[in-house]
Amino acid sequence: MADRRGSSEWLRRQDRSTQPARVAADPVLEVAGLTTRFDTLDGMVHAVNQVSFTVNKGEFLGVVGESGSGKSVTMMSILRLIPMPPGEIVAGEAIYDDRDLLKIEIDELRHIRGAKIGFIFQDPMTSLNPVLTVGFQIEESLKIHQQLPTEDRQARALELLELVGIPSPEQRLKSYPHELSGGMRQRVMIAVALACSPQILIADEPTTALDVTIQAQIIELVKDLREKFGTAVIWITHDLGVVAGLADRVVVMYGGQIVEEALVGELYASPQHPYTSGLLGSLPRLDQRGTELVTIKGQPPSLYQFPDSCSFAPRCPYAFERCHAERPPLLPISPTRKAACWWDVETGSPRDGV
Amino acid sequence: MGRYAIRRMLGAIPTLIVISLVIFTILELAPGDPTGTLPLTVPPEVRENIRETLGLNDPFFLSWLKWMRQMFISEPLNAIESVTGLQIGDGERLRIISWASRGPAVDTIVERLPQTLWVLGLGFIFGIIIAIPVGVVSAYKQYSIFDNAGTVISMIGYSVPVFFTGPLAIIVFSVWLGWFPSFYDTTHTVSDWSSLVFQMKQLAMPVAVLSLFNAAALSRFTRSSMLDNLNEDYVRTARSKGLTENRVVMRHVLRNSLIPVTTLIALQVPGIFAGAIVTEQIFRINGLGQLLISAINGADYPMVQTLTFIFAVLIVLFNLVADLIYGILDPRIRYE
Ligand SMILES: Nc1ncnc2c1ncn2[C@@H]1O[C@H](COP(=O)(O)OP(=O)(O)OP(=O)(O)O)[C@@H](O)[C@H]1O
Ligand SMILES: [Mg+2]
Repeated sequence: MADRRGSSEWLRRQDRSTQPARVAADPVLEVAGLTTRFDTLDGMVHAVNQVSFTVNKGEFLGVVGESGSGKSVTMMSILRLIPMPPGEIVAGEAIYDDRDLLKIEIDELRHIRGAKIGFIFQDPMTSLNPVLTVGFQIEESLKIHQQLPTEDRQARALELLELVGIPSPEQRLKSYPHELSGGMRQRVMIAVALACSPQILIADEPTTALDVTIQAQIIELVKDLREKFGTAVIWITHDLGVVAGLADRVVVMYGGQIVEEALVGELYASPQHPYTSGLLGSLPRLDQRGTELVTIKGQPPSLYQFPDSCSFAPRCPYAFERCHAERPPLLPISPTRKAACWWDVETGSPRDGV
Repeated sequence: MGRYAIRRMLGAIPTLIVISLVIFTILELAPGDPTGTLPLTVPPEVRENIRETLGLNDPFFLSWLKWMRQMFISEPLNAIESVTGLQIGDGERLRIISWASRGPAVDTIVERLPQTLWVLGLGFIFGIIIAIPVGVVSAYKQYSIFDNAGTVISMIGYSVPVFFTGPLAIIVFSVWLGWFPSFYDTTHTVSDWSSLVFQMKQLAMPVAVLSLFNAAALSRFTRSSMLDNLNEDYVRTARSKGLTENRVVMRHVLRNSLIPVTTLIALQVPGIFAGAIVTEQIFRINGLGQLLISAINGADYPMVQTLTFIFAVLIVLFNLVADLIYGILDPRIRYE
């Protein structure tokens, strides 16, 4: 795999940064107060509630949280890809390149989608068009965003397929999605997202549908891309193990909110939010064989009401009166971390001064 | 795909044989007698003679076999001869003879065919041409004024029969407004501009009535098929690539949506024949539909058999065409 990538002409041409870009505090995307809800027959679903985070250039941001915590909806809202109706982005901004993606004209946004921000969707089985060839679907974004002659486009599609490690890429270009396995389709999805070498890659659980060896390969691939192109990656996952190995920073979501944000080392060493502790406690560990896995007791929060208290309070061992009365905002704890919690685990007492 | 088409056509032969047998049985069981229309003064012996010469007293199976031979051997050979001018054999073949006209049934059919093809074909094509764009726009602008108007109009088009909309059109556009002739002049030939305009005018109403009927169900079906596909994940992927909405709909959604629509079009073909028969009666177009009705009234069994059989052949053929289009639209279908 390594020499195939090394031989890729296109890669060399595209290689803008030779250093793994890890420039701190140079934000490419700043999301603030993002609030998305769905008006369904059963009532209003408050899927994303005042979410704020930033992604720096070349940074790998892990996003974790249980199913239904709003990870996908948050990321899709940024590119306005949620179905509207029933979805509605009621508040917030997403600043990319001095423009608010949530406000600009759809025509302007279209030049960012695919070209500057690539999106890998959660389900590779349904995310490709069944009646169009793989080659067509990869070349399409090149055709839209870059004025290239047909041959160059085809050559590039071929290189992309090689890049994502698809065997016999020439034939695969002519294949239809149903002729490929799930893992191959996921790679095609990645090739589609990478076609225009975007500045930001949003990967929504790109490895959940795959078996472990292929997962590992895809993770390697993304790591590599990031080092070669300085692409910022937002990686959504359930798998805290993947995050530990890859991410620079982690954002933890619960009930449509960000409850904790920290550098990856800090997070694993000393989680500041009880939910994060619970998540880490439910992670199987090799060094503690035979001990029972800790699970977080209770139910995930209902999203039918806008949270006016802490969503995690009913399941939280530290909850006290304030938690049931007031929603904690995402509070800065140190220059690198934030937590949305009234309880200070460091001192074992309620946070004071806020 | 060519081999598949040929195999399907060969496979259709047993189907058609069974269909012809069914048609024969039904007519055998039906009451009515070609001598029943003769004046009462004709004595019974003469009637018996006529019945004998028409082969009415032959056993059922024998007359079916005779008809089969005429339909599958004599008539095709005859058609080849008259088209190519070749002489095959001695040319002395028994053809299917109409009891009413005493002439070959197929000759009458060939004579009546153009009118039917004009009306039915245009009604069919316009129906599709109207229905698909209307369905696409209705789905894309769901619950808009356009969509709601489309729902109402197709509800009317689908539930109000042709025998109502036809006369209504005649009253409004021929009687009151005088825009179009109220009946179809079969003898009219198109030779210059003004005769072409006249042809268009006389086609307008029957074609409109048929198109409305055909488009009604089809546009709603296209709409629901589009709506299903617009919610698919691949549409989101297409948008995430930065495609224009136009491209998302035309390149990605439409083709997927047309796959089930093709099936419906094929299923509609028999209904279109039925609609054409009624339409021909209303606008007095002496095409195949009217021929069939008068043959039924006159108990002209060979004519009824032959016509019904030709309809059956066309329906089988349309199903085959639909299957082939299906395969072109959907790469997941393989003809093995
Ligand atoms: N189209 C929709 N209509 C109504 N509700 C929706 C819609 N899409 C998402 N939701 C709701 O938004 C909430 C957040 O969903 P989201 O898909 O973002 O979760 P997630 O964190 O990505 O979960 P998973 O890990 O299972 O992918 C869920 O409760 C979901 O039911
Ligand atoms: Mg998700």
